Amino acid sequence: MTETSVPAYTAFKTARPDQWIKTTTGDWEIIVGMEVHAQVSAKSKLFSGASAAYGGDPNSHVAMVDAGMPGMLPVINKFVVEQAVKTGLGLGAKINLWSRFDRKNYFYPDLPQGYQISQYLYPIVGEGVLDVESEDGSIIGVGIERIHLEQDAGKSIHDLDPNSTYVDLNRSGCALMEIVSKPDIRSADEAANYFKNLRALVRYLETCDGNMDEGSMRADVNVSVRRPGGALGTRCEIKNVNSTKFVAMAVNYEARRQIEILEDGGTIDQETRLFDVKTGQTRTMRSKEDAHDYRYFPDPDLLPLVLDEAWVENIRANLPELPSAMKARFQSQYGLTAYDAAVLTSDKEFAVFYEEVAKGRDAKIANSWMTVELFGWLNKNNVELSQSPISASKLGALVGLITDGTINGKIAKDVFAKMIETGDEAGVIVEREGLKQTTDTGAIEASIDALMATNPEKVAEAREKPKMLGWWVGQVMKATGGKANPAIVNEILKGKLGVE
Amino acid sequence: MTNLTELNLNQALSGLKAGNFTSTELTQSYLKSIEAQNTSLNAYLVVTADKALEMAKASDARRASGNVGALEGIPLGIKDLFCTKGVRTTAASKILGDFAPEYESTVTSQLWRDGAVMLGKLNLDEFAMGSSNETSAFGSVVNPWKRKSSKVPLTPGGSSGGSAAAVAAHMCLGATATDTGGSIRQPAAFTGTVGIKPTYGRCSRYGIVAFASSLDQAGPIARNVTDSAILLQSMMGHDPKDSTSLNVAVPDLVAAMAKGVKGMRIGIPKEYRVDGMPAEIEKLWQQGIAWLKDAGAEIVDISLPHTKYALPAYYIVAPAEASSNLARYDGMRFGARVEGVDLTDTYEKTRAQGFGEEVKRRILIGTYVLSAGYYDAYYLRAQKVRARILEDFTNAWGKCDAILTPTAPSAAFGLGEKSDDPIKMYLNDVFTVTANLAGLPAISIPAALDVDGLPLGLQIIGKAMDEETIYSVAAVMEQAANFSTRPA
Repeated sequence: MTETSVPAYTAFKTARPDQWIKTTTGDWEIIVGMEVHAQVSAKSKLFSGASAAYGGDPNSHVAMVDAGMPGMLPVINKFVVEQAVKTGLGLGAKINLWSRFDRKNYFYPDLPQGYQISQYLYPIVGEGVLDVESEDGSIIGVGIERIHLEQDAGKSIHDLDPNSTYVDLNRSGCALMEIVSKPDIRSADEAANYFKNLRALVRYLETCDGNMDEGSMRADVNVSVRRPGGALGTRCEIKNVNSTKFVAMAVNYEARRQIEILEDGGTIDQETRLFDVKTGQTRTMRSKEDAHDYRYFPDPDLLPLVLDEAWVENIRANLPELPSAMKARFQSQYGLTAYDAAVLTSDKEFAVFYEEVAKGRDAKIANSWMTVELFGWLNKNNVELSQSPISASKLGALVGLITDGTINGKIAKDVFAKMIETGDEAGVIVEREGLKQTTDTGAIEASIDALMATNPEKVAEAREKPKMLGWWVGQVMKATGGKANPAIVNEILKGKLGVE
Repeated sequence: MTNLTELNLNQALSGLKAGNFTSTELTQSYLKSIEAQNTSLNAYLVVTADKALEMAKASDARRASGNVGALEGIPLGIKDLFCTKGVRTTAASKILGDFAPEYESTVTSQLWRDGAVMLGKLNLDEFAMGSSNETSAFGSVVNPWKRKSSKVPLTPGGSSGGSAAAVAAHMCLGATATDTGGSIRQPAAFTGTVGIKPTYGRCSRYGIVAFASSLDQAGPIARNVTDSAILLQSMMGHDPKDSTSLNVAVPDLVAAMAKGVKGMRIGIPKEYRVDGMPAEIEKLWQQGIAWLKDAGAEIVDISLPHTKYALPAYYIVAPAEASSNLARYDGMRFGARVEGVDLTDTYEKTRAQGFGEEVKRRILIGTYVLSAGYYDAYYLRAQKVRARILEDFTNAWGKCDAILTPTAPSAAFGLGEKSDDPIKMYLNDVFTVTANLAGLPAISIPAALDVDGLPLGLQIIGKAMDEETIYSVAAVMEQAANFSTRPA
């Protein structure tokens, strides 16, 4: 029986030279493996019927079994099992039709049973792979070692009282998936992208809401360094890192810390470390000597988890479209670039939003209005897409007005600002403010004639320098209150000024 | 009217049905019997007299309205390992303090569903760990049986000593009990009562304070085989709240009693002739064989070659599970708590003062055998032995339909006689642990008295889920033995 749930380092891929950390003593390579704890999206807990919803008054979502009351027994939540299988299938992983729950024994007030029920030796999901973008734009496959199901602990609250610790068991017994990667990651960027892509995947699958603020996803990051292709170094595990940015920061800091020690002739102690978000540094939490002996053994209250192959295949057949497939489809169906498709499919919410905006409209205009205008505004105002003041259908309607020539792009920007301001539909604003684009060639010609009459020197200049056309377009737009159709303006101007 | 406590359960059901007496009257008789004897026997930890009379009254009302359950109006004792809603549940340990659960065990709720009346909670070895009832934090139970010409108080056996003593002394019509390594059958043998541990998974473990989850199984202790069948019938059944509960139909056990043993093959395992077994036990076993032969059964010699490893394997598996199951008694959420200077100190003081010596011994053994570096040598190997033991039985079923053995290697011994030697105490379970390790049903029925006038039991082990055969054999043996002696 092996001693640790962290898989032995078996993959010895060497990092690309551009990923090496170069110091005066030579080059260093970073080796990273990650264990991500993802709370399973489900109504109830892993082994009880209590609500698994976030929040609630302390100890209001607690069944007798979650509180470790005498004689209470765990009963597996079938939906949670389905969610774990779905996640495994999303990672192209092997689904183990036979898996088992073990007890991990230790004492702590927020662990009511005195043990955590977890899958130690026989996890429900075996090896798989997640595609991750490296800093040079290439795609690397990060191996998935396993996914196992386990119970979350409760929450100890130490700062309510100087002399007491309070315990909230709402989280006690909630289902977690521990997704363990192979040590295939070779840089801070890859580590961050792995975490980001994993989050995107579980959100696509709706197996975890990926809400980092609520602790739905947190990563234990294992970092070691070595000379490129050399013998593996001792690793340190950085616990509970809860954002993509922090993952990158933690890897960078920790790798440099280890290199510094090694270059000073020191050795790395295998230990568990904490990442301090304020300083961007890691510090010792506990050393290997303090490690618990968890006395794992099969939980006698539960039978082995045996899955029916047909049931698994049914889940596979009903998997939603995954990010990689959706990205490819966005490129072919909407004619988007790989970059744009990647941005739009980086989050399921983006993709769903985009498809609604683009439905029956110009796909590229839809893309730019969503990623440039809307995202620009959201970023500037620090608002999540889910809280956007302009819904997908409203933005779609605006894009529709641009696509069908009702308004031009310049006017659209004003309409967009008014939509945010008033919450009104684009069409209502255009109607109310009389912003409809003028396609009346007579009116446009009249205003061009008037301009030509008052600016004879510019007419001559334009005939010399066709680049002057831009000044003319601007003048016409100004004269028409921005409502003239720029394409028609261009066309008529060219004729009248005699430029090509 | 004769003393109602003279009637057995089946007779009481008839009497209630005939309207000869009410459940209230029956319950009052038992409360009186408890009052008269409990001070000396210490079988009940808690007598729920008010609740009993209330339940009896409700039962009488149901009967009056024609709504009659299988145990309508029958007063029972409940081993204090079963959680009973709103009634203090101790597991005979100080560590549970004044814990009164908010929930009812499935087994007891089924008894109440069928109309039974709760008299109170019965004493046991602390957390069901013991073979003599001497590890109870609330004092030993005294066996109502005494040796001829001696007043030495004897053990009723354990861990279900309170259940066995209460049934033998007519302080209830039947009792619930649990059996992890013999805790129903050995006390039944020591008190001249009938105790059955059904197939693992027949009775839900939901709401029973856990000792060793993979071995624990509930069953009744009763005055005779018929009463046992009626009680077990009500206790069994699938429970979705226990993942190890068997989802199979409940057989008609009373009907099975009438089937006889003609043509049945009864296996006699040679490995159960242990060194130092009293000649009387061997004689009793031969007597049992003769009764079954006379009734038309075929006697077959069988071998269960791994039997000698059963007891050591049991004393690894059971403490291992117990060490984990008892981790929840930490003084944090319920039960007794002894404040220390910090968290670790509070844990240590609470558990050091809350648990008794035997429980601590088993937690230590269990923690040790699960420790890194020892797991393979102990726990894993014990599990392999367990698989071999099950295999032994599977092979035996090719040759026989049920197995006959003695229940215990001796009759009831004196209180204090073995309490300073745990190994000697553990040897009490030598014939009974195999059925727990293999998950098989096994019954103990009283068969004879020894030279001192103490009851001795014989055990019938059956195939998994074949309680019916066990009751067919038990009925035949009960008739042949004609055991009708009562404690003086």
